[in-house]
Amino acid sequence: MFYREAGDYSTTYAEDQQTFPIRFDRYRYYIVLFIAIVVVPFVVNDYWVNSLLLPFLIYAIAALGLNILVGYCGQVSLGTGGFMAVGAYACYKFMTGVDIWWGGELLFRLPEFNIFFSVIMGGVMTAIVGVLFGLPSLRIKGFYLAVATLAAQFFLVWLFNRVAWFYNYSASGQISAPERDLFGILITGPSVAPWAAYLFCLIFTIASAVIARNLTRGASGRKWMAIRDMDIAAEIIGVNPLRAKLTAFMVSSFFIGISGALFFAVYLGAVEVGEAFGIQKSFLVLFMIIIGGLGSIFGSFAGAAFLVLLPVALKVVGVDWFGWPTDIVAHLQLVIVGLLIIVFLIAEPHGINQLWRVAKEKLRLWPFPH
Amino acid sequence: MKYKLGTYAVAAVMAASPVMADLVFPSLSYRTGPYAAGGIPFADGYADYFTMLNERDGGIGGVMTRVLECETGYNTEKGVECYESTKGEGSLVYQPLSTGITYQLIPKTTADGIPMHTMGYGRTSAANGEVFSHTFNYPANYWNGASGAINYLLEQNDGDLNGKRVALVYHNSAYGKEPIRTLQELSAKHGFEFKEVPVDHPGQEQKSQWLQIRRDKPDYVIMYGWGVMNQVAVQEAANIRFPMENFIGIWWSGSENDVLAAGDAANGYKALTFHGVGRDFPVFDDIQTHVVDKGNAAGAGDQIGTVLYNRGLYAAMLAAEAVKTAQEIHGEMDITPAMMRDGMEALEMTEAKMAALGLPNFGPEFNVSCQNHGGTGLVGMTQWDASSKTWSLVSDFAPSDMDVIGPLIAEDSEAYAAENNITPACN
Repeated sequence: MFYREAGDYSTTYAEDQQTFPIRFDRYRYYIVLFIAIVVVPFVVNDYWVNSLLLPFLIYAIAALGLNILVGYCGQVSLGTGGFMAVGAYACYKFMTGVDIWWGGELLFRLPEFNIFFSVIMGGVMTAIVGVLFGLPSLRIKGFYLAVATLAAQFFLVWLFNRVAWFYNYSASGQISAPERDLFGILITGPSVAPWAAYLFCLIFTIASAVIARNLTRGASGRKWMAIRDMDIAAEIIGVNPLRAKLTAFMVSSFFIGISGALFFAVYLGAVEVGEAFGIQKSFLVLFMIIIGGLGSIFGSFAGAAFLVLLPVALKVVGVDWFGWPTDIVAHLQLVIVGLLIIVFLIAEPHGINQLWRVAKEKLRLWPFPH
Repeated sequence: MKYKLGTYAVAAVMAASPVMADLVFPSLSYRTGPYAAGGIPFADGYADYFTMLNERDGGIGGVMTRVLECETGYNTEKGVECYESTKGEGSLVYQPLSTGITYQLIPKTTADGIPMHTMGYGRTSAANGEVFSHTFNYPANYWNGASGAINYLLEQNDGDLNGKRVALVYHNSAYGKEPIRTLQELSAKHGFEFKEVPVDHPGQEQKSQWLQIRRDKPDYVIMYGWGVMNQVAVQEAANIRFPMENFIGIWWSGSENDVLAAGDAANGYKALTFHGVGRDFPVFDDIQTHVVDKGNAAGAGDQIGTVLYNRGLYAAMLAAEAVKTAQEIHGEMDITPAMMRDGMEALEMTEAKMAALGLPNFGPEFNVSCQNHGGTGLVGMTQWDASSKTWSLVSDFAPSDMDVIGPLIAEDSEAYAAENNITPACN
């Protein structure tokens, strides 16, 4: 009934190769976009934006990035938190004006970047750092690579805690985003309108998803997948492992850097590296793509939504409705997330994305299964 | 079944919907995670005091109080979620008990016009009320603590610390880094040698730090720790046989949880404080009759009289007194957050007031004003007795070195004002 290509004729190659070749699917996509861009900004309040929508959008970008590396290219990474920190600190330095010192003297100071370009620079800097930490992937694989990226995680957090230049020599070692606007509309700071923060992050999320989708179904994505499936075979058919792996690290880190920058500048406004970008952040994003589905764009969104919404939903049900003690609910949440990860790994290793795919297959035949 | 579920849902919504005209005190607590040992007693004390006011006096000025608890796990993201979900309920004052969450909330609470009280933590320069209009940190702050510790050492050494060596073991975060500037200034002033020893979150592994201390042999160690880091540090200090009476913790490193684990070896360990310790205050009788005996104690009810329980109780008492002050100023019983702010800014704590509340000599006397949100900064010293398992006050609440702290507060708050385009003013 739904999701059928029957009667849906494509007359050009472009039509045949579009992301959503089935008309029904395409319209659904347009409707979702329309609601997200035009309807949601008018109905949201502070609570919805700051507690649900911003973390969802930002974690979705991080999950997209990690999914490119882990899901598409098969390189396990536990350095996500560290890379998000790079994005956040790069964004901070660019939005407050990068100062270059030499021998105790201020050599020069870059002008303050606009918030939009600061976020982009956060991504660019993280891409560079990501490539550097991706170099060991040429020699080591699997668990050993995971440990190497774990080293990146700890090193980067230590670096941002240790070198005062990164936090502009503030006494507390915290970075806090000053007020910045885009076309006169505040984007960062305490008095930002909820819809503005939401739309700003939404733009980055949509752009990231479109870029990721088109990269993964093009030549570079096929190379990544070839490396993931069997690197020796891929090398024999002419895929350059050096380029494939390093581009995967670069693109992945770029997205993770963007998400780190947004996480700091728009969502939290002030961060402390050890607390906000610790190892638990790396695991959280990894859980997102495991639950959402490795190697899928939709899965990144589903996983992010799931792990952002679940704690809030549990809190609303447990504390606000049933009046349970807050600590019981917090413990329950840990148990449930842990259980879900085990259940997903056993029952559905391909994550929520696979459930969605199966549902779509079923809907093609429904209500006439024969 | 459906009908039953529907009934439950309706009942739950009715139970959760706010009762009209009450005074809402959100409690951003943490009963889980690596810092729960400190979060639980504080949250219990905070909640129990308001329960007692409801049961004994029928609220404050005839208006019932309501404590909205929200679990943060000492995590800033959850703290933001808690803030957003509770601020719409008429929350009067926020007390996040986390320096990280405080930094998030300073701009947000100021923009939303809700006061925040960071008692003995948070951003020290918030003591300058001309810049931080909605943030209060009376009666004492981190820099008072650092100076108080040094003053105590001065007293012990007949006013001369020249050539002595002092090490600071600190939680490597915004919280732990706070006293460094003050201690550097004080070391220049008094001529002692100062060394920093950072410990990373959560602080379960401190072997290398204490090895360094054993090698450097400082005369005194000051600690700014929190959570599991404290017990580990006390244990490690005992392991290297560092003399406990020369080991001084800030008030967040001076509760029963921190020393019990090390047993007898912790005997003599010292910690700063800005309020009384123990159960020998009349108010605990009321807590017993009106809260514990009626089965309304928060949490497991086993924390009453511990250091951090007392601190939660003290925080609640100061909030309740600020409410009373606000009710007097505005002549209205059901106050708003804006009135609460005025009440906090006009708060006067006198000995007579505290004695009337059943807390004689519990804390220092102080006044809050628009210029000074930090109180007088009097700090005392407590010491742990491992055989009787009690903390006792060994030095009275004494003033800290405001000649050093004052300029630092002015400098840091002016930097904040410049960053955020705030014109310092009192209205």
